[in-house]
Amino acid sequence: MSSNILQGKVWRFGNDVDTDLIIPARYLNTSEPKELAVHCMEDADPGFAGKVNLGDIIVAGKNFGCGSSREHAPISIKAAGVSCVIAASFARIFYRNSINIGLPILESAEASKAIAEGNQVEVDLSSGKIMDLTTGKSYQAAPFPPFMQELINAGGLIEYVKKRITN
Amino acid sequence: MGMTITEKILAAHAGKKKVAPGDLINAKVDLVLGNDITAPVAIKEFSKIGVNRVFDQEKIALVPDHFTPNKDIKSAEQVKILREFARRYGIANYFEVGEMGVEHCLLPEKGLVLPGDLVIGADSHTCTYGALGAFSTGVGSTDMAAGMAIGEAWFKVPESIKFNYYGKLPRWVGGKDLILFTIGKIGVDGALYQSMEFTGETIDNLSMEGRFTMANMAIEAGGKNGIFAVDAKTREYVASRAKRSYTVYASDPDAVYNKVYEWDVSKLEPQIAFPHLPENTKPLSECGNVSIDQSIIGSCTNGRIEDLREAAQVLKGHKVNSNVRLIVIPGTQDIWRQAMREGLFEIFLDAGAAVSTPTCGPCLGGHMGILAKGERAVATTNRNFVGRMGHPESEVYLAGPAVAAASAIAGKLAGPGEVGVK
Repeated sequence: MSSNILQGKVWRFGNDVDTDLIIPARYLNTSEPKELAVHCMEDADPGFAGKVNLGDIIVAGKNFGCGSSREHAPISIKAAGVSCVIAASFARIFYRNSINIGLPILESAEASKAIAEGNQVEVDLSSGKIMDLTTGKSYQAAPFPPFMQELINAGGLIEYVKKRITN
Repeated sequence: MGMTITEKILAAHAGKKKVAPGDLINAKVDLVLGNDITAPVAIKEFSKIGVNRVFDQEKIALVPDHFTPNKDIKSAEQVKILREFARRYGIANYFEVGEMGVEHCLLPEKGLVLPGDLVIGADSHTCTYGALGAFSTGVGSTDMAAGMAIGEAWFKVPESIKFNYYGKLPRWVGGKDLILFTIGKIGVDGALYQSMEFTGETIDNLSMEGRFTMANMAIEAGGKNGIFAVDAKTREYVASRAKRSYTVYASDPDAVYNKVYEWDVSKLEPQIAFPHLPENTKPLSECGNVSIDQSIIGSCTNGRIEDLREAAQVLKGHKVNSNVRLIVIPGTQDIWRQAMREGLFEIFLDAGAAVSTPTCGPCLGGHMGILAKGERAVATTNRNFVGRMGHPESEVYLAGPAVAAASAIAGKLAGPGEVGVK
């Protein structure tokens, strides 16, 4: 895994952002991350893929990633250069998929509510601390249960399964 | 302290006597499912694991149904990945065009899911099989890849919510209306991470088709699974289909529920979910004057024979409004054949509807009925998100087959009564 400290500019989205908003099904005739990245968040913010910079952070409301099981959703976010997603809560399949593919996600209702679009934010993945560098306020994300931390540390589910098979 | 049906199935597959909500378990799976959108990613991930066989050739189902018959070159390439993987690894349950159907209509019909099973599928509507008293849930492609390799998946044991319905449903009100009503009450994250257990007098009297429809949309309330007790109807459904034995689990009387909802549904009206979330439900009488351009009857939610019969009852002797395209999509080849034998196609064609080969097609804006900017559709499908059926500025209204058929006649959202059908 790369550095545990992430820093980037915030892009804000609302509640119940569904997977069709994240990556519309009309683009699912491919699974190439680079092609999916071009259409990331297209139906929520048509210009998003063009303006997001490497390392930027998505901050959203409740139930982020609801709807389809398409792993193309977290894949497109990751491939678009987004370093992590902070939300008040995540839909369960999106949560699972993000952990499995290694897209960092953090759950914090306070951060989700308070952090404004355009702010610079720093996230320490090892402690779950979210620092709003623009306002100087900090927030603590909910910690992952030990098993999920193990999955994350292994580098995702495939690496975890490989280890299990070898052992 | 007792256990719920969901807890019992999870415990049995994890080799444990007891599990409790919050426990993280590794469980053996009875079936791993993927489709033409999710399986290509899973197959790529599977190749990284470094095994040269799948855990069980009989326990994997690959169903190219979303963009099939292949809508374009890229889709054809995706399906080719499934076909070649199925051949190489000897996957018994690969369903080619001509024998395939919409996956969640197809697998129960083929007897591939039975009561007490634990099923994971790389499709969010995998929760449909809860109608059979199985635990089934949607996962992503990487989980599917791991499942194909080791036949296991990790789960956090969910808390359960009990939904108890009583009263006799009025005419033209069914499973779709019950589940839309429920989602309208609790919201699109009202059952987030939780198990939804459907019980009560109304459920006892509900057909298997109605139960599949309800379980199908558990995910639209954020649920991990939706589940029903096994009864005489379930046993009858699986009797002619099962090719192996199965185990029936039932919730204990002292099982623990996070919440219990009780609803008298004897006066429930047909329900319609307005754009752009399934929780935006209204009873038909409050829908106002909403004109429509298209009506879709089909999908893993409502593409079964009872749904088609209901639509035909409404459409018989009527013409589809000249401003509306009505597209009927039977869920599987068997449903298609049954509808044909019963003369339902005659009714659809006389009314001016198009009948399609089985496909998910328009439900997810794939093909076979895409909406232009500003257009509105009423659909028996399960999602009405922004851009779901086409242009980001189009709209989808979710309803049951009777309302979808009546609306096609009226040219606007309507129930059978409004077009003179009793």
